[in-house]
Amino acid sequence: MATALTFADHLGHWQMRWGLGRMRYRVAPGLYAVGAPDADSPVLVTANYKMTVDLLRCELLGIPAWLLVLDTKGINVWCAAGKGTFGTAELIRRVAESQLGEVVRHRTLILPQLGAPGVAAHEVKQGCGFRVIYGPVRAADLPAFLANGLQATPAMRRVTFTVVERLVLTPVEITGMLPRIFWAAGSLLILGGIGSQFFSLNAAVSRGGTAIAAGLAGILTGAVLVPVLLPWLPGRMFAVKGAFAGLLIAGAGAMIFGSRLGILDSIALLLALPAVAAWCAMNFTGATPFTSPSGVEKEMRRTLPFQAVALLAAGICWVAGAFLS
Amino acid sequence: MTGLRYLDNVVTLQLDAGKCIGCGMCATVCPHGVLAIDSRKTRVVDRDACIECGACARNCPVAALTVKAGVGCASAILHGWLTGGEPSCDCQGSC
Repeated sequence: MATALTFADHLGHWQMRWGLGRMRYRVAPGLYAVGAPDADSPVLVTANYKMTVDLLRCELLGIPAWLLVLDTKGINVWCAAGKGTFGTAELIRRVAESQLGEVVRHRTLILPQLGAPGVAAHEVKQGCGFRVIYGPVRAADLPAFLANGLQATPAMRRVTFTVVERLVLTPVEITGMLPRIFWAAGSLLILGGIGSQFFSLNAAVSRGGTAIAAGLAGILTGAVLVPVLLPWLPGRMFAVKGAFAGLLIAGAGAMIFGSRLGILDSIALLLALPAVAAWCAMNFTGATPFTSPSGVEKEMRRTLPFQAVALLAAGICWVAGAFLS
Repeated sequence: MTGLRYLDNVVTLQLDAGKCIGCGMCATVCPHGVLAIDSRKTRVVDRDACIECGACARNCPVAALTVKAGVGCASAILHGWLTGGEPSCDCQGSC
């Protein structure tokens, strides 16, 4: 395996970030050599999502090593560990299948720390005789970890979530919602046409189009703006952050377009956009490395009723506006 | 993770200090510095930073730690509510 990425690799990574063909982006599981490893070279265990393997091998320039790639169904280490596919049983099976005990003299496996939710180190030792050492969270810290006698600094053990780390996750948030966006847009076009003339195609396009624009603004606010501004938005709950950012955007929209929208449509905008933004922001919890399931469940129970009521009230105001104008 | 903290007083992490043998594995695998070794015993030092990933409990050789592990993801929880099953990722393998 090479330690440099080709143009095709970079293109593939870009496609993955936009959610294109992600379930097919895999490496065949098994044992791989990076550089020219020998019987004393370290064994690094990883997942078979191709982007994961690529990021790992890039950090191994000048470091001969064995890569033991587990079959995680093309899913990254952290999520596969949560599901158990990056797990104790698969690791023991893969060690046996690759005859690792005959390839290397030592009995040490280096696992990414974020694989720990799926792997019990003491059970691996019992199951195949290899000792599990948890390496750093980030592959970029591996050279320093290896040079330091397999010792990780406290910083290497902590998860980060920088603005760049947040931003790269946003395209797939949007592309994942595309089917639902199309359904919602179609419904808005139909609802937009309903008015005192029963149904008007002109109104469908103009009023429906305006509503779609407001909805898209809410989605962009919740799925892009909130992730980027995450630490600076008020509240701990993502839905609160989303509603706050949504209110700012909707308020600006009402000020600029208020005279054209009328009072009822403006109210609808001020209700609907924050509700959509809150929903999208709440869904970003799954992409973050610092939200607990108990916390997310509490946030959902607390905020979903408000989101639903706001959206319903917005719909009533909007449709009523068509009859009253 | 400065500036990024989630809700307080919600997590299900439990430590049975009586069982703990002080091996330190839990403190090693925790990605948020929730646990630390203090005079040969594990101590919970930042409970509200816990994300219930389950790494500590899974790697504790004496089962001194318990946590209701799962994914902190709204769509996974919604999926669980709608299907009546456990929360699970249904996002085309992104998580």
